[in-house]
Amino acid sequence: MNILVCISKTPDTTSKISFKSENKEYNPDGISFIMNPYDEWYALVRAIELVEQNGGNVTTITVGDASNDMIIRKGLAIGANDAIRIDINPKEPFEAAFQIAEASKQKPYDLILLGKETIDYNGSILGSILAELLHLPFISFATKLELSGKTFTVTREIEGGEEICQVEGPCVISAAKGMAEQRIPNMKGIMTSKSKPLNVMAPVAYQNKVEVLTFTLPGEKKGVKMLSPDQMDELVALLHEEAKVI
Amino acid sequence: MSVLVFIETTNGTIKKSGLEAMYFGNLIAAQKNTSCHAVLFGNADKANILGKYGAKSVFYIDYSKGFDTGIYTEGVLSAAATVGADIIIIAHTFNGKSFAGSVAARWNAGIVTSVNALPNFDNGITVTKSVFSGKAVATYRINTTKAVLTLAGNSIQIQESGSEVTPQKLDWTPSEPKVKVLERKTSEGLVPLPEAELVVSAGRGMKGPENWGIVEELAKALQATTACSRPVADTGWRPHHEHVGQTGVAIKPNLYIAIGISGAIQHLAGVNNSKTIVVINKDPEAPFFKAADYGVVGDLFEVVPKLTEAVKKFKSSQ
Ligand SMILES: Cc1cc2nc3c(=O)[nH]c(=O)nc-3n(C[C@H](O)[C@H](O)[C@H](O)COP(=O)(O)OP(=O)(O)OC[C@H]3O[C@@H](n4cnc5c(N)ncnc54)[C@H](O)[C@@H]3O)c2cc1C
Ligand SMILES: Nc1ncnc2c1ncn2[C@@H]1O[C@H](COP(=O)(O)O)[C@@H](O)[C@H]1O
Repeated sequence: MNILVCISKTPDTTSKISFKSENKEYNPDGISFIMNPYDEWYALVRAIELVEQNGGNVTTITVGDASNDMIIRKGLAIGANDAIRIDINPKEPFEAAFQIAEASKQKPYDLILLGKETIDYNGSILGSILAELLHLPFISFATKLELSGKTFTVTREIEGGEEICQVEGPCVISAAKGMAEQRIPNMKGIMTSKSKPLNVMAPVAYQNKVEVLTFTLPGEKKGVKMLSPDQMDELVALLHEEAKVI
Repeated sequence: MSVLVFIETTNGTIKKSGLEAMYFGNLIAAQKNTSCHAVLFGNADKANILGKYGAKSVFYIDYSKGFDTGIYTEGVLSAAATVGADIIIIAHTFNGKSFAGSVAARWNAGIVTSVNALPNFDNGITVTKSVFSGKAVATYRINTTKAVLTLAGNSIQIQESGSEVTPQKLDWTPSEPKVKVLERKTSEGLVPLPEAELVVSAGRGMKGPENWGIVEELAKALQATTACSRPVADTGWRPHHEHVGQTGVAIKPNLYIAIGISGAIQHLAGVNNSKTIVVINKDPEAPFFKAADYGVVGDLFEVVPKLTEAVKKFKSSQ
């Protein structure tokens, strides 16, 4: 089976955030980037496991410039067979979905996996756009993914619980925590990753639907009000009268 | 030109997130001098109240086979065509975010998810949302005439502003879903974490699962939902759906009480959009105090029962 896994880079959560070009653009200087955890720990690892069990090929796909090559090589070191990079920095998730859809039309996949969301913009949106552009069924927030024949059985997160559902491939599935266990690339993986194919493709023309006008940093917290353990009645009064939350 | 709001129901009951979306749609319609309509799947017995939050008409789709992105996308777009909508509002719930993108793609519309305030229509459609785990706010402009917005929970205070309407059946028949829902398990009674207004959360400072009684007592007194830090869920002290943070659920309650949680950046990433944060920790240097509105330095085993007593006293005086 052939599986396509969408992987993207995001700033490490501990990064300090700043902006440039009059607050229109994110400033990547001095930021350490990582592969988006949902893409790496769950989507990619489960794809590799499925291919280990059933045979086939895992291809990763990334929409972005050459600064993504570092995480793409990491994906190959973890065990992907080959990689595609579409050479444009997408301005919105729709654009990334559009480019992935165009590229994946050239070679049909039995399954497309992606992360449930990117931790920088938390859009949680790419998967359902991609599925629609490819006319494929979509299951989101999958915490468990099993395959028998052509049927995928998926456990997915919902508010306060879970749902078990079934779908026939090909389909698009977004991965949440629980789908697989993180794999650390070993020495052999790292060595072979250097010779695995990374195909850089030119983007297809796309008219942006949404643009960022500005970024702003939220105002500083007004500071914490400290109370002693003997002042719990006062705390409750503050929550009622000042914060107005109870 | 009108606004259409998708309303999610569970066994016919409308969730708070749905009422928020309805009222948000109503305010947008008022801004644009147009009308606001609602669409839902399944049982519409309790849907009359949508009128009170601004729905001029309410359509229901006779369908009860469970959530499928394709069916929901088609149904909502059929309703959009019926009412001539150019804006579709969907609450940013698990199911909402699972099909909003498909709606936008099929409608060829711009989409922004997890919007946290009313749009501005002076120059195209501009909206704001919180990005980078709550560390910044982005303002977007949508350049298409049609737009899909998902609304972040607890972003808007709902108010009754109209009168009940009788739901009508949408003239559209769903096909067979491609995704078959076999089973649905939800914990009864509790307000699910992503929707909770009040959250009591505890971390490794609790020492062990056997001590959670005091946390549950406090939550019960406040009628709050319980949450926990990641190591607590990872070691099985608490169920996984309670885990909040970067890799868990991101929440935005009115009140977040953090008990024995250090306030690691990955934890804060999921909770720092809370309106008010109370931190209880024995270590005055705990990083969480920097993100807090109210702080108590002390032993949680002493502080939490005292707080519970104070809450009970307050509630009985109300
Ligand atoms: C990639 C990545 C993703 C992560 N994602 C998440 C996430 O989504 N959510 C998350 O929570 N964590 C996440 N973490 C883990 C995070 O970094 C912290 O390790 C974790 O949040 C710490 O949990 P804690 O505060 O419960 O425990 P600790 O850090 O051990 O803190 C316990 C606190 O309890 C206090 N305490 C102890 N005894 C008492 C007492 N008797 N009375 C009062 N206070 C007491 C201590 O002073 C201390 O501050 C992630 C980590 C990584 C690397
Ligand atoms: N530029 C990109 N290239 C490839 N995949 C992406 C890109 N952006 C997002 N994704 C994938 O889409 C998922 C959801 O992203 P989002 O909808 O933006 O939160 C991520 O977890 C990735 O798997």
